[in-house]
Amino acid sequence: MNGEQRHGIGWTVGFLALFHGVVLLAGFLAPYHFAEQHRDLAYAPPTRIHFFDQYGHFHWRPRVTRLTQDLSTGGYREDPLQVYPIRFFVPVKPGDAAGLLPLRRRLFGVAEPGEIFLWGSDGYGRDVFSRVLYGGQVSLLTGLAAAFLSLALGLLLGTAAGFWGGFADQILMRTGELFLALPWLYLLLAARALLPLHIETAQAFLLLVAIIGTVGWVRPARLIRGIVLSGKERGFVLAARGFGASSAYLIRRHILPLTFGVVLTQATVLIPQYILAEVTLSFLGLGVAEPVPSWGNMLAEARQYHSLVAHAWMLAPGLATVPVLIGYLRVADALMEKTAE
Amino acid sequence: MKYVARRLLQAALLLLVVSMLSFLFSTLAPGDYYSELRLDPRVSAETIAGLRAQYGLDRPLPARYAAWLASAARGDFGYSLTYHGPVGPLLRERLRATLLLTVTATLLAWLLAIPVGIWNATQRGTWRDGAVRLLLALLLSVPDLLLAIGFLVLAVQTGWFPPGGMKSPGWDSLGSMARARDIAWHMALPVAVLVLGMLPVLVRHVRASMAEALDAPFAWNARAQGIPRLRLLFRHLMPAALNPLISLLGFSLGTLLSASLLIEVLMGWPGLGPLFLEAIMARDFGVVLGVVMMSTTFLAAGNLVADLLLYRADPRIRVR
Repeated sequence: MNGEQRHGIGWTVGFLALFHGVVLLAGFLAPYHFAEQHRDLAYAPPTRIHFFDQYGHFHWRPRVTRLTQDLSTGGYREDPLQVYPIRFFVPVKPGDAAGLLPLRRRLFGVAEPGEIFLWGSDGYGRDVFSRVLYGGQVSLLTGLAAAFLSLALGLLLGTAAGFWGGFADQILMRTGELFLALPWLYLLLAARALLPLHIETAQAFLLLVAIIGTVGWVRPARLIRGIVLSGKERGFVLAARGFGASSAYLIRRHILPLTFGVVLTQATVLIPQYILAEVTLSFLGLGVAEPVPSWGNMLAEARQYHSLVAHAWMLAPGLATVPVLIGYLRVADALMEKTAE
Repeated sequence: MKYVARRLLQAALLLLVVSMLSFLFSTLAPGDYYSELRLDPRVSAETIAGLRAQYGLDRPLPARYAAWLASAARGDFGYSLTYHGPVGPLLRERLRATLLLTVTATLLAWLLAIPVGIWNATQRGTWRDGAVRLLLALLLSVPDLLLAIGFLVLAVQTGWFPPGGMKSPGWDSLGSMARARDIAWHMALPVAVLVLGMLPVLVRHVRASMAEALDAPFAWNARAQGIPRLRLLFRHLMPAALNPLISLLGFSLGTLLSASLLIEVLMGWPGLGPLFLEAIMARDFGVVLGVVMMSTTFLAAGNLVADLLLYRADPRIRVR
């Protein structure tokens, strides 16, 4: 049972790495720029990919047919006469490179005026698949960066409080209780309320990271403090101190390595929580703003659930969070079990 | 008694500090209710200055804080600029709606979680335990947001449930039984989402603490003496497994106000959540402050209740 679980964790970590890799490569894997609009194809359903033409002949190169809107019903019809083959490694249109890794080629694409919307299109006729990939960059990066900030703050303050103790310890722990006394989401929203509402994307992103990261420093700080507190009385630390080691050396060489397990476990707990925090804030209109996508502000569009009934693919950004959460939760569980043993 | 008094004092102190800090930060915040008004060219700078003076926004910070404290003591909790009235009555009305939702959901979640968790703990290692755990793990990985949207889509598609809101149009003309039924019908979906959101965490904790009690030497001994299964579980093991659950219950009580914020906003439930969000968008700090204070009070009270229950349930704490 146990060996089996360990094995499973390896797969989970691999899956998470793959998922992050795919999102990181959005600039290559997404067929469109996240803001590219096709106004005549609003809410187009996911494009069907054909290997056979209308005469039933097989083609190695997959193809798509152009959609035309049926004006009487508002639905879409495939036009069997307008066939466009899918091309691979197409060059990016000038000025279209975007995201974290703006590359010069995209994995696949269709020559104009053909379109390929793997997961359908939204109300402006933007490709949902591309937007989920680019949006993942914002959402995942917020989670990772905010978790990094929380852990850095936690390490700094927790180590200081645990190692030197005394007055600073008291102040830090009381302040921590204050943070814990407020409900998390309320604290997040209230902190956001105090800052300007309408700001540009880069600022909004940094602001989100700063708020989410700062609000969550307490738990890691407390855990790290506990470890430092017990660690500084360990035999080898006392011995090193006896040999005349400086505080800085003791912390760096002996104390910090002890906290590694907790930091890692906390990271796997915090990252999914923070990804959700970004999704929630952007969903409520307090995070990253259009046209830059994030999973949260894309889901906000799905809020018009009357239209959602007909356009189920608009839920894609929400569904994209599920595998990430499953992955992180599994890893966190396994790590916590391991520390408990 | 002394313990209770000390904890009460601590809680009061905490609330005071939170209110002071919130007040301080709300003044440091760039912009206020009138900065949106300033964008309107028809409103002159003098008018705005006059309005600010009328509501005392130009007075120094300590004076404003003192005024707020006085109004909090009266139960008003400051003045809402968007609703043109004291915050207190506004909050009380919304509070009722929120509590209706969350108390029902919390109760249901606990009533489900305890039997399922205990059953799970007795089935450890079997495929049944594994299946339930897998299901709950999956549930934990689905954000409440997605769950709520999914339920709403279901409601629209099937027409079984109303897509949001608290009352049907024409609610006032209904009889009292029909009124209650109507609200219960509207509550079904948000409560379901809340229960599904709470369940995985609760079951996991019940299962863990029960499993620990099941493995304790005294449990083996009791089993060897032939004590019937149900009596063993509820009379002997439950009390031993109670401590972590009491802490969790305190947390559950503490989050009564904040747990449903997102669900309320999504499902159009007229509780504190939408009010809070609107106040943030309108920079109506009176309301923001009121809601923050109220939810902090609940959280503090929840912790207090948990500690007092622990104090009663566990003799070891009393000795210390």
